Amino acid sequence: MDLGGKVAVVTGASRGIGRAVAETLAGLGANVVVNYVGNAEAAEETAALVRGLGVQALVIQADVADQEQVNNMMQQVLQEFGRIDILVNNAGITRDNLLPRMREQDWDAVMNTNLKGAYHCAKAALRPMLKAHWGRIINISSVVALSGNPGQSNYAAAKAGLIGFTKSLAKEFGSRNITVNAVVPGYIATDMTADLSGENKAQLLSSVPLGRLGAPEDVAKAVAFLASDWAGYITGHVIVVDGGMAM
Amino acid sequence: MADIFEKVKDIIVEQLGVEPEDVKPEASFVDDLGADSLDIVELVMALEETFDLQIPDEDAEKIHKVGEAVQYVIDHQ
Repeated sequence: MDLGGKVAVVTGASRGIGRAVAETLAGLGANVVVNYVGNAEAAEETAALVRGLGVQALVIQADVADQEQVNNMMQQVLQEFGRIDILVNNAGITRDNLLPRMREQDWDAVMNTNLKGAYHCAKAALRPMLKAHWGRIINISSVVALSGNPGQSNYAAAKAGLIGFTKSLAKEFGSRNITVNAVVPGYIATDMTADLSGENKAQLLSSVPLGRLGAPEDVAKAVAFLASDWAGYITGHVIVVDGGMAM
Repeated sequence: MADIFEKVKDIIVEQLGVEPEDVKPEASFVDDLGADSLDIVELVMALEETFDLQIPDEDAEKIHKVGEAVQYVIDHQ
């Protein structure tokens, strides 16, 4: 697999799965746009890891929930690199609560970042992809989109929405050699899952045939495969990277 | 005017893969030139870039024929 000369925009790339995706794509030769919203220091660390692999990194702060910020980011990418080949919609947040206690702002915040953010980014990145007759959009969903999870109705709904979004875009742009796929991570060891209690963790692991939490790199490798020419005939697909949990 | 028509014609030939002689002002993108909805979206994008325009969706929806595209460019340049 070789992504030499390609430009990849990875949203939410300062930490966790996004950082592993940025590093993995860079390892295959892609220049990487490291998008982040809050943690500039962590984003710079990701960029340093990317540059350490001999490719370019461009760090851009933008809230994916904000169309204007996203458009400005994509403009900046085009000015810098002249192309956008790969978009990884990874930025995501959680605002967990049982439904009776879930405030509307928590529902909206998760929808706006996790689902609407993908709409903003895909819309802006499609233009150069259409012109190039080549593009890869990879949406990071979640296993809870398939199986549900108490306390995460907002997150599960947004992540399930991403799957329908993925399949629709795959049909809209297949004729232009733009593939759109989703990756569904299971329980991956990141900051987002770090606050699970020991008991919860043990219970979770008992439902994972491979018997361990996933690493961000496990997800990143699936993303890299979908971004590469090796996956040129795969579109509208959902790859579950969950150690067998949601079979 | 003739200059703009030629430029628009080049874009249409390139985007839709049609013969230059078929690109007449009265030709409909869909009925005569075989464009689908995505072709038209791409055509509008190409017009925007070539002529440095922002074509709002409600305007784009009114452009059905080659002549209408040319007239739009003339009116908004």
